[in-house]
Amino acid sequence: MTTTQCDLLVIGAGPAGLAAATTAAGLGVDTLLLDEQPAPGGQIYRAITTTPVTDRRILGEDYWHGASLVEPFRASGARYEPGATVWAVSRMTAESPDAGFEVAYSVDGQARMLRARHLLLATGAQERPFPIPGWTLPGVITAGAAQILLKSAGLVPSDRTVLAGCGPLLYLVAWQYLNAGAKIDALLETTPPGRMAQALPHAFDFLRSPYLGKGLKLMRAVKAAVPIVKGVRNLRANGAQRLESVSYDAGGKTRTMAAEQLLLHQGVVPNVNLSRAVGAEHDWNEALDCWQPRVDDWGATTVAGIGIAGDGAGIAGALAAEHRGRLAALHAARVLGRIDTARRDRDAGPHRQALARAVRGRAFFDTLYKAPDAYRRPVGDTIVCRCEEVTAQQVRETVALGCSGPNQMKAFLRCGMGPCQGRFCGLTVSELIAEERGVPVSEVGYYRLRFPTKPLTLGELAALPQTDESRQAVVRLKK
Amino acid sequence: MFKRLDEAAGQAGRAPVRVTVDGGEVRCREGDSVAAALFASGHADCRDTVVNEVPRGPYCMMGVCYDCLVTIDGVPNRQGCMTLVREGMRIERQRGAREVRP
Repeated sequence: MTTTQCDLLVIGAGPAGLAAATTAAGLGVDTLLLDEQPAPGGQIYRAITTTPVTDRRILGEDYWHGASLVEPFRASGARYEPGATVWAVSRMTAESPDAGFEVAYSVDGQARMLRARHLLLATGAQERPFPIPGWTLPGVITAGAAQILLKSAGLVPSDRTVLAGCGPLLYLVAWQYLNAGAKIDALLETTPPGRMAQALPHAFDFLRSPYLGKGLKLMRAVKAAVPIVKGVRNLRANGAQRLESVSYDAGGKTRTMAAEQLLLHQGVVPNVNLSRAVGAEHDWNEALDCWQPRVDDWGATTVAGIGIAGDGAGIAGALAAEHRGRLAALHAARVLGRIDTARRDRDAGPHRQALARAVRGRAFFDTLYKAPDAYRRPVGDTIVCRCEEVTAQQVRETVALGCSGPNQMKAFLRCGMGPCQGRFCGLTVSELIAEERGVPVSEVGYYRLRFPTKPLTLGELAALPQTDESRQAVVRLKK
Repeated sequence: MFKRLDEAAGQAGRAPVRVTVDGGEVRCREGDSVAAALFASGHADCRDTVVNEVPRGPYCMMGVCYDCLVTIDGVPNRQGCMTLVREGMRIERQRGAREVRP
């Protein structure tokens, strides 16, 4: 049984991963890219090589920029394995080679192992949980999910559809739907009044940012075609077996509108399951209300030999992700001995400049579109943990019983112990505990995450290659 | 409900991948995920949940929420959004929690 080996393993084929793998391979680093999806692009450029939406005006030029990352990657000499889900990483225990990691992953239900000297996680972001009453009803999906349906399968809503929440993606999806001829019945903005005043001190950078022109054009188009309601409070999804209507308060009135689709979005947060499981330190980002791994200017984590690039290292967007990927790759090449420090620093120059341009103005809409407290810290019987169907009230009452942290909360309520492994409740549970205890979220912490970071079957595990040593560890041998 | 844009509908019509959802035939576009195929065929829900046994459907479409779990070709708890349709695939709705088969 031969085990795959590489010098640099990149996990994730979004902008950060593609750019990193391309850069590293170009420097002669033996590079392998594993990605969970069947085709490159990550979520932002999802299905960039396979989308049935080939009229470029529908998804827009920012989406098609993704294609410019794929061709150089294919020509780079980096190896690529799609459909591969990484579920465990451990520091090498074998005698030789003496450094690096063993990585377990699955392809099509079969587990495999590989060895890598250096790891770069480019596992990106996921949408922030949006726990409102009824968010678990069929018919309620994330705006990102709706966009994936459009990009990957050419699907758009055919009946009454409401978009709700805050953040640029909400307007982008609305714009893409309009381009595709799909109708949107309402866009409900949850941004509270007064946010613009808070964001204005950051406006100077925003005015010089690449987002401004495009963003304004896009918002004008949406505002001309879609009824927009501002300052939406108490958003809720109603229905018995599936979504039937959406209710909200705005302008001192309560309104209910019939809807078959509710598309929710309130920003994205780093996908921390793998970065936490490998033992990297994380910090609470007060401005963005999320955890992010502690990384240096090169994306290096607190774990030697493991870097993170792209939104997984803190939200900065798709353009920033590719530059962060290139910087992390240069650093990896230096660590692996392909280039020296002087070369790394010299080559990094243009990428650092491009990165600075790409993040200019982000503070403005990070402040403007900060998810409102009431939509991050639910009350009553609103479900917090979708997998184990645990409510906000249960979490709050359990804190009152003396349960002070998220790991204890698992033992009390099973929240975070379903198949999503806390991806859609972890932030909410930490914030609820912090609020009930009256302490900062950083003091409450997060779930302790362990491998496997994605559920796998015993059959998958059993398919792993076995050595005599591993067999002897579990089988009673005949003497 | 979701519908296919013309180009996607054309691809699905010219060379459909045929699967069954709870025994009923569904024609899909090659390259669709199971979850996308469910949306395209009017199934917003794909299972009853394990605790309250109420309907639930795909939510994130990117492999992180695990709400799209379905039984595929007899194997339970497969992620519908991470599995591509294949000719002859049998997709079944899950009701409540799975059990370990002897």
